[in-house]
Amino acid sequence: MTKPLSEKTADFSWPEEGVTRAPYRVYLDPVIYEREQQRLFRGPTWNFLALAAELQAAGDYKTTFVGDTPVVVTRDNDGVHAFVNRCAHRGVTLCMETRGHCKNKIITCVYHAWVYDLKGDLKGLPFQKGVDGQGGMPPDFKLAEHGLQKLKVETFQGLVFGSFDAQTPRIEDYLGEKMSHYVRRLFNRPIRLLGYNRQLMKNNWKLYIENNKDPYHASLLHLFFATFGLNRLSQKGGIDLDATGKHHVSYTHGEAFGDAAEYQGADIRSFQSKYQLHDPSLLKSRREFTDGIVLAIQSIFPTLVVQQIYNVLAVRQLLPKGPGACELVWIYFGYQDDDAEMTAMRLKQANLVGPAGYVSLEDGGVGELVQKSLVSADGRQCSFMEMGGKDVQSQPFRATETSVRGFWQGYRAIMGF
Amino acid sequence: MTPLEVKAAIEELLHAYVQCIDDNKLEAWPDFFSDPCLYKIISRENHDRDLTAPVIYCDSKGMLHDRVGAHRHANVYEPHFYRHLVSNTRILKCEQEVYTVQSNYAVFQTKLDGDTQIYNVGRYLDKVVFEHGAPKFKEKLVIFDTLRIPTLLVTPI
Repeated sequence: MTKPLSEKTADFSWPEEGVTRAPYRVYLDPVIYEREQQRLFRGPTWNFLALAAELQAAGDYKTTFVGDTPVVVTRDNDGVHAFVNRCAHRGVTLCMETRGHCKNKIITCVYHAWVYDLKGDLKGLPFQKGVDGQGGMPPDFKLAEHGLQKLKVETFQGLVFGSFDAQTPRIEDYLGEKMSHYVRRLFNRPIRLLGYNRQLMKNNWKLYIENNKDPYHASLLHLFFATFGLNRLSQKGGIDLDATGKHHVSYTHGEAFGDAAEYQGADIRSFQSKYQLHDPSLLKSRREFTDGIVLAIQSIFPTLVVQQIYNVLAVRQLLPKGPGACELVWIYFGYQDDDAEMTAMRLKQANLVGPAGYVSLEDGGVGELVQKSLVSADGRQCSFMEMGGKDVQSQPFRATETSVRGFWQGYRAIMGF
Repeated sequence: MTPLEVKAAIEELLHAYVQCIDDNKLEAWPDFFSDPCLYKIISRENHDRDLTAPVIYCDSKGMLHDRVGAHRHANVYEPHFYRHLVSNTRILKCEQEVYTVQSNYAVFQTKLDGDTQIYNVGRYLDKVVFEHGAPKFKEKLVIFDTLRIPTLLVTPI
């Protein structure tokens, strides 16, 4: 007999110190992982599915995941839909490709040719009435009762989200006013898809999310800017949280980098650095937003990141792959009205981010360094996060772990820990 | 040069190039390129759909030197070794003394614990020119099949 999940985690309790601690067991325990799949990913959360720009024409589809669950996202004449990528008959994967276009706007299972429309409704199946009056489905069989498992879908500013829970509040309410503002800020006009990168990390998904929500490490782990003397004199920034604390934005004000001459001068180089860039054209950037923010990293609970790093715009979708692994999918974009120079700048600045990014590659490795060391942790050992205080609140500075604590606050509430 | 001599010179360029990386002599790596040049690592997924997002994009020898500088002095990562295998080199065409060359490659990565994994597999699509009789990469596209890059990429392919 399998024990219910609640019983299997009966011996688990969160440390008394609350959100300033995360017990190492949450990164290792397969039972907790299973509970996350149920309560969090298939629960009342909005999970990123696609950019609407990925599904431009009726008949387009892409495959992705919500937590572990394989999902197909489609567009038909009525809009965008999502359902589990699993035939209602015998469980076969329906769509094998990462993306594609369905001719005649139907999906046909390869195994027994059951046919679904792009909303996930079963439209027909071979030999339903049998052959020559023999075999076939029983008389009480109804097509309408054997559709695919559907997700609730909402599109906000060109971002498509899905939820398994019909009770999940509307996406704008889920995000709150402040977080909605930051999404609108970046997705303010039609975008142009620039491509993908994918990274597989051998660590629990939450270690990447913590890293992303942790502004404290930025100048300490990522030494590229400091090494090449690119630290700005007066970069101000801070952390904005939504009312629940589970989403965040880390923002930095500044000027766009100009040209090589500016780099050689004193404007950028705040101290005498040992090394200089041979080709500073990497840094050429344009001020795109009137609010003066040049770096904005936003997390949308549980696993979406929306980023502006100078002129590199991207969303990052994190997919858990068992307790000890996760995949990070980067989707880069610009705007439809970008001129050639802007597109070239985005392309060159892409060196800063992604799996080989000058200021992001370390994030792929640091979670693995944590996961490796946790193997021997006992049930009570935990991390320590009191930088910037012990509570969860927006703060006008970045020497803080407030947004990491905010994640744990949201996580505990939904997980019942 | 006879066609056979050209082919031999280009193959030698490819082999010397990967040996330079495998021997961890990255400071010499930019010398395999002309200036300006194009060095781009891009997924097959993007390349096939004309999507431009790269993993690495350098359009000058200076940018290659900067990659090496960051590798040596700025970026933080677990120490590792590469071992490249290059095969199936073919000269696809020659136009105005620029040779378009395609090869298959596989990179094995070994970390300090001694475990070796197939790290990245794909093809090189190169444009080779001869400068003072010596072949150089005017363009080197690294188009990889291994869509999910394990952990991170810091050492060139």
